[in-house]
Amino acid sequence: MSDFYFPLEEWTNSFVNDWLLPTMGDFFNQVSDILGWFVDGVTDGLISIPVFLLVAIVTALALWLSGRGLAIFTIIGSVYLVSVDLWPEAMQTMAIVIVATLLSIIIGVPIGILSSKSDTIYRIVRPILDFMQTLPSFVYLIPAILLFGLGGVPAVMSTFIFATPPAVRMTNLGIRQVPEDIVEASRAFGSTTWQLLFKVELPMALQTIMAGINQTIMLALSMAVIASMIGAPGLGSVVLSGISNVNVGLGLTGGLGIVVLAIIVDRLTQGLGEKL
Amino acid sequence: MDNKIEVEQLTKIFGSKPEEGIQQLKEGKSKDEILENTGMTVGVKEASFSVKPGETFVIMGLSGSGKSTLIRLINRLIDPTAGHVKIDGEDLTTMNTQTLLETRREKLGMVFQKFGLFPFRTILKNVEYGLEIQGVDKEKREKQALKAIEDVGLKGYEQQLPKQLSGGMQQRVGLARALANDTDILLMDEAFSALDPLIRQEMQDELIELQEKLNKTVLFITHDLDEALKLGDRIAIMKDGEIVQIGTAEEILDNPANDYVSSFVKDVDRSKVLEAEHVMKKPEVTSSFRDGPKMAVKKMEEANMSSIFVTDKNKQLKGLLTIDDAIYIHKNNESMETVLKNDFPKTAPNTPLRDLISIASDAKYPITVVKDGELLGIISRASILSGLVFGQQEHAEEVHA
Repeated sequence: MSDFYFPLEEWTNSFVNDWLLPTMGDFFNQVSDILGWFVDGVTDGLISIPVFLLVAIVTALALWLSGRGLAIFTIIGSVYLVSVDLWPEAMQTMAIVIVATLLSIIIGVPIGILSSKSDTIYRIVRPILDFMQTLPSFVYLIPAILLFGLGGVPAVMSTFIFATPPAVRMTNLGIRQVPEDIVEASRAFGSTTWQLLFKVELPMALQTIMAGINQTIMLALSMAVIASMIGAPGLGSVVLSGISNVNVGLGLTGGLGIVVLAIIVDRLTQGLGEKL
Repeated sequence: MDNKIEVEQLTKIFGSKPEEGIQQLKEGKSKDEILENTGMTVGVKEASFSVKPGETFVIMGLSGSGKSTLIRLINRLIDPTAGHVKIDGEDLTTMNTQTLLETRREKLGMVFQKFGLFPFRTILKNVEYGLEIQGVDKEKREKQALKAIEDVGLKGYEQQLPKQLSGGMQQRVGLARALANDTDILLMDEAFSALDPLIRQEMQDELIELQEKLNKTVLFITHDLDEALKLGDRIAIMKDGEIVQIGTAEEILDNPANDYVSSFVKDVDRSKVLEAEHVMKKPEVTSSFRDGPKMAVKKMEEANMSSIFVTDKNKQLKGLLTIDDAIYIHKNNESMETVLKNDFPKTAPNTPLRDLISIASDAKYPITVVKDGELLGIISRASILSGLVFGQQEHAEEVHA
């Protein structure tokens, strides 16, 4: 057994250290700069909005998209976040989630559309998605540090990779589920491929795509917490310092904050999906 | 150029190497042999036919006969493997994508079995769809769509969603959507098959009515022979991807091309196909006003009848004179108009026989076939029965003799 050794570890390291970083380093630096600027911008934006105003907006959204229950929960949850002094951390987490989710949608939905149009593309894409979803999420963190350093940007990148698959899968599924006779009707009247896509297929797949985006957001939230291990600021880092100091109270305080965010974001996007 | 649609040797083979299938078809192999040899399915095999402007051409076949594939080859929703489709003389099979799109937009409307309505669009927006993708401006397309909606009798439903409508109404929307584009050709793929029987008949009648007004060229697919016979100016019967016979309803009923067709048509309810004028007889004796009661009685005696139809010199039907009344007015020297009866059944020449059966069983007198007031013929119970059993020929000859 030990005679045969598969040097995957060495190969990967030499690939990353000897080729990827020297040749692509500049590219990753630039991506890092742009993303960093973007994450900081969103974080600053969220924090600079007065707490009262932001809570009012989200509560109104909750009332419109979901109902009174969520609206009341939003107010109570916000009061909690402010009273345990975790509001800025919550906003940092949200900034990572928002940027990563936007990336996931911008890249995931078009890949989903392509997958639905071509069985060949889907055959290539599907194992990649399986790989992305089943590989333990901690493993992403290592190349993320190497390529993007510490902080918010590698957090966004690993979150994006972890959270994109449902967006691709559900977009693909939604478009493939459009009944054949409706697609035929659209084509029979002389629609171009783009008209078919934008006037018929996407509107009909919208609810399924929204369900995918809802999953993407939830995955992003969980990954944004894990990414605190590579220095992502936010509620995750509160929990992490709770762990490292064996401070149960701190861990619970941060953990509850994550629960509050998760429930609000989940119900809001679900409600949005049903409204469309 | 006088044919609206021309289909030549149109073939579709489903599979990975269709050229191989074509080769085997040319060698005379059957559909089953090709499936066995290559694993490929022959959907449509060398179909040829043409449709004249304003004609309703029905393609009839059971499921799996290739009829749905055939209609999709016509507008290239499915690309043919071999053969040609010409619309107004232009070959669709060699067109580039842009010209194909334009041809679909300008010449080919289509109605689907499962309606194919866009569930998230209102009725108006559904009907507008064809115009919208052509970039017609909002005002004009709304006007055209509203007219089409009115044509199919759905005025007032413009702002509803498809799911709020019944099946029959949804298919009216489907029809309106095809009409709104104002194409010369309507492709109707089992358009009424998903509707329940009463609604289906209603829609068939309305299609016939619309067709009289709009005079489209209609290619209609159905699995229902009765529907084919009712709607089709000509009918093509398909089996296993091949067209086995093309002809008018009468031609197919009277001269089935092979055993398959005859096994099909033997159960046809002739009462739906035959019409009043096919079985009517010339009224044996008519008495114009000039003849007077005495003459009428004499004619009745000769023909061994107890009543006679009275017409004026323009052959306009005036009424029925019984022998008792004739004798009465002769004795009392009264005018014929005062005693003429009018309680006999009247019908139009194109009434299906089916509708006459119950009338005939209730009526004391023969049914009169009347057009614009003119008496064309009469139908007795016996002529309905013989029509059902023997078809139309002998009676038709009698009338025209």
